[in-house]
Amino acid sequence: MEIKLMLNGREVTASIQADTLLIDFLRARGCLSVKRGCETSNCGLCTVLLDGTPVLSCSVLAARADGHSIQTLEGLQEEAAEFVTFIADQGAEQCGFCNPGFVMNTIALLRENPNPTDDEIRAYLAGNLCRCSGYEGQLRGIRAYLNQRNQG
Amino acid sequence: MEHKTLKTVGQPVRKKDAMALLLGKPAYVDDVTPRDCLVVKVLRSPHAHALIEEIRTDVACKVPGIVGIYTYKDVPQKRFTMAGQTYPEPSPYDRLILDQRVRFVGDAVAIVAGEDEQAVNRAMKLIKVKYQVLQPVLDPHEALDGPILVHPEDNWRSLCPVGADNRRNLCASDTCSDGDVDQVLAQCPYVVDRVYHTKACNQAMMETFRTYTEMDPYGRLHVISSTQIVFHVRRILANALDIPKSKIHVEKPRIGGGFGAKQTAVAEVYPAFVTWKTGRAAKMIYTREESQIAASPRHEMEVHVRLGATQEGVIRAIDVYTLSNTGAYGEHGPTTVGLSGHKSIPLYTGNLEAFRFAYDVVYTNRQSAGAYRGYGATQGIFAVESAVNELADRLGMDPVALREKNMVREGQIMPAYYNEPASACALDRCMERCKELFGWEEKFPVRDMGNGKVRAAGVAMAMQGSGISGVDVGSATIKLSDEGFYNLSIGAADMGTGCDTILAQMAAECLDCSVDNIAVFGADSDASPYDSGSYASSTTYVTGKAVEKACQQLKEQICTVAAGMLNCSSDEVEFAGDRVRKLDGTGEVTLSQVATQSMCGNPTAVQATCSHTSPTSPPPFMVGMVEVEVDKETGSVEVLDYVAVVDCGTPVNPNLARVQTEGGLVQGIGMALFEGVTYDEKGRMAENSFLQYKIPTRLDMGRLRVEFAPSYEQSGPFGAKSIGEIVINTPSPAIAQAVFRATGVWHRELPITPEKVLMGMKSRG
Amino acid sequence: MLTIKQYVKVQSLEEAYELYQKKNNVVLGGMLWLKMGRGSVNTAIDLSGLGLDRIEETEEEYRLGAMVSLRALETHPGLNELTQGAAAESVRHIVGVQFRNLATVGGSVYGRFGFSDVLTLLLALDARVVLYHAGEMPLAEFAALPRQQKDILTHVILPKAPRRVVYLSQRNISTDFPVLTCALSHQGKKYTCAIGARPMAAQVYGDEKGILTGGVTGESARAFAADVAGRARFSSNLRGSADYRREICQVLIRRGLLAMEEG
Repeated sequence: MEIKLMLNGREVTASIQADTLLIDFLRARGCLSVKRGCETSNCGLCTVLLDGTPVLSCSVLAARADGHSIQTLEGLQEEAAEFVTFIADQGAEQCGFCNPGFVMNTIALLRENPNPTDDEIRAYLAGNLCRCSGYEGQLRGIRAYLNQRNQG
Repeated sequence: MEHKTLKTVGQPVRKKDAMALLLGKPAYVDDVTPRDCLVVKVLRSPHAHALIEEIRTDVACKVPGIVGIYTYKDVPQKRFTMAGQTYPEPSPYDRLILDQRVRFVGDAVAIVAGEDEQAVNRAMKLIKVKYQVLQPVLDPHEALDGPILVHPEDNWRSLCPVGADNRRNLCASDTCSDGDVDQVLAQCPYVVDRVYHTKACNQAMMETFRTYTEMDPYGRLHVISSTQIVFHVRRILANALDIPKSKIHVEKPRIGGGFGAKQTAVAEVYPAFVTWKTGRAAKMIYTREESQIAASPRHEMEVHVRLGATQEGVIRAIDVYTLSNTGAYGEHGPTTVGLSGHKSIPLYTGNLEAFRFAYDVVYTNRQSAGAYRGYGATQGIFAVESAVNELADRLGMDPVALREKNMVREGQIMPAYYNEPASACALDRCMERCKELFGWEEKFPVRDMGNGKVRAAGVAMAMQGSGISGVDVGSATIKLSDEGFYNLSIGAADMGTGCDTILAQMAAECLDCSVDNIAVFGADSDASPYDSGSYASSTTYVTGKAVEKACQQLKEQICTVAAGMLNCSSDEVEFAGDRVRKLDGTGEVTLSQVATQSMCGNPTAVQATCSHTSPTSPPPFMVGMVEVEVDKETGSVEVLDYVAVVDCGTPVNPNLARVQTEGGLVQGIGMALFEGVTYDEKGRMAENSFLQYKIPTRLDMGRLRVEFAPSYEQSGPFGAKSIGEIVINTPSPAIAQAVFRATGVWHRELPITPEKVLMGMKSRG
Repeated sequence: MLTIKQYVKVQSLEEAYELYQKKNNVVLGGMLWLKMGRGSVNTAIDLSGLGLDRIEETEEEYRLGAMVSLRALETHPGLNELTQGAAAESVRHIVGVQFRNLATVGGSVYGRFGFSDVLTLLLALDARVVLYHAGEMPLAEFAALPRQQKDILTHVILPKAPRRVVYLSQRNISTDFPVLTCALSHQGKKYTCAIGARPMAAQVYGDEKGILTGGVTGESARAFAADVAGRARFSSNLRGSADYRREICQVLIRRGLLAMEEG
């Protein structure tokens, strides 16, 4: 079947199968930031924005993206760069495999709630697993970014 | 001790790959290898123990797009091990790529290769296997000398004298001791005699196992794999495929986490076999389910501790017996178990008069175990530290005071640690600082918070090693390049830990330049200098020293070239970072000029390779303290505050050392409270996904606070020891103690779930 | 791995209903549960073009379209005012924001999953469901229907009649499936208690014995909790034993009642 969508701001028309998952569609189109970490919708690595809303691309049929807008980290480099430097300054990126999903969901969080408390950050990002960092450095990084932004 | 003022070592330098990773740039196996290659999958056994009577692939082979289906009849018949260890490996050669006997639920039955995933999936369903289902041995207590043999085959081999005997289901066995432990224990008025049980926890790194293979233009097998051990993978594949090692080239791109999982060649053999057979590029991506059920988790261990002390709390003797379950194959079986005693008992060297450490490692029809951060020390430390906490309770003594009385101190010889000295040991300072930072005096007393909730605290100490003494080899090649930048090549594997950056910091320190001036490359079995690989907490300590040595040699080479340019002898010049100058001040050349000269009419190499190995493995030490809130009506345990103070020698990069610590603590918290492993009577593991195997989220770890109490290890680079593994060891015993304080019940089996906590209190009455 | 031969974004409920009657055809909700299956689906029926993703409010009720996400339930001010935050409390533990943006109210209810937090809450709120073919009925009645009866759930209706509500759950780890769910409501003289994840699907237990008639006190709460725990059936799974569930059932009910009283 054929679908038409906006992918990172560009209109894309593609032929897909009924059971193509959005994650596989995106990776096949070069959006390699989108990672798969499980088969049970538990890890958050594959997070993308669907019409601006963070969703698990492993659990969305590509067919359902027809007529919608999808953004991956490839399309949000500048918005991400604003705060990921603060994560880098903590060394909290570690292996990096969970980073794109974490960064995408943090973007969604900050759009929805520009000044989250620590507890709000933890709650919003609870669906983003990370096995390396112990999460604390990610939180420090986001906090450092917010502090700097709010002072600047 | 005199230390030079350091410019780069000790700085919180940003990881070299940080921004690329954070911005999602393609960096991992599946990102950097072609999509257009054969898809490889493995059909897995539904039985814990069976013989394949008949396997029919004819129908499956007819699925359009299927290129090959391989069974036990197609593979070489020489046994090998998938353990990434220095040759001769202590792990037994007990595997074939595919075997007629399957030994656990998930064991490989057939390899299917096809043009796309759909074809492979269809073919998998069409393979007809007739099994002769055999009775499995699932309980490690029943394995030794039991009637069911996991490895009855004649061509099973053990290369090292580790006490293995496949006719007894025995993967390893040994006893060592110092003094007469039975006699001293008999004299002790207080003897804690307890058995502790830890399960086969999974590393659960975010990137599952994956490997891409292709034939290169020279007719060699080119392997791109998510591995911690490129050189060992070369040997393992050569053994498995029964081909010369010269035919194999292994490299690793960025790795999405390892924690020891990727110190075993879990996935590599399958696509490698397909490529070798077909000549075509192939890729295998493990599913999460495969990573849970057919990989390389922690060894389940049952640790029996007898610990004897005086009325005053002087710990005089420790007797440890460990029964370790290696599962269906012996990867890391003979070695992990050693740490359960050798890295727990020495913590109490202080007054110890006698110790004994004995163990058996048995085969069962469960998933094969492997290497997981902590590598046996985690299991042993849970046991011994819990026993010490139980002793403190029996004596009515503060567990911190008890430890202060008995802990190992700098300069002591540790009989239970191969008689190595605690050459650099700040364990006492770790305890002092941790106590203060945590607020032990206020938090140790149990506090009732109302509504059924109480708060309590626990403490534990830990040690680990820094590399494998006398075995691990670390190497570095450093060369001067155009305009005066440096290339640093290593065979160690940065798996997110940041060793590329840390080693570059060391090189920058030696060469008096910025970290940005060091380009790091690794790891590649053709191009990198030999390195055992990144495991056993070795990279900073062992490879780091190799970097230091190589830099020293390179500086001499640079001086030689420069001296030629300055028309003097090399002992008349000195290396000064961005230049080389004559000692008498009459001339100098810039590093850039030396680099240019080195590439034109120059016979002197400006490239040095050095290797390093260490006769000792200096332990890092640490103390962890935890405050929990226990809901006595539901049994829920919430970690509120975790404080860790670590002596890793010099923290080469304090940011990365801290994040290593925090990550290790959270994995340890997961092991203590959440990460269950449950087998049914058929040998099927329930926790086969992230739906069932629950690792901590950011809502489950409370607040973490980490500090360092550095010692200075003379034999390490810039005084450094290790940090990667030790950090997982304290949460289990500390949390178990806090839960005891809150509820009056000791939990000697992990994880400590709400049900166990509540029902434990109920049955105690 | 789940395979799907055909995907149809239906234009009408009639079309959805007709398609759904055929073997191996499924209606897509958030697809989170469905995706984990290994079966083959002939036609996947997508309702997302039918405007069922809205929460509508009238004088008497809230009408939640089947495609309303759990996240919408969590963040809707009116629903959370009505339930004193129980709507948000009932879903906030479910995996993560990205998951809850996909999971739907319709999927949660239609699946009648044992572990469902949402079903537990809705049962305590006297929710009604609207089925395309069978029409409107109490949720409790729907929950008891045989699963073979294939219908299209279009709406969940929440009456706006004021009541006190509390939602509690016990989990082994924060974002896991619950070990037990408990929703309590109090309206006039009527107390309703729904217990789910037993691990069987949620069931409603009333105060037929009038234990709470004299009001909620420490004692009556304890007695009512014991009464429900005595009546409810529990069994064991990976997350907890029947005995453990029975124990914490009493704790959750008692705590819930007392919290409701304080509220």
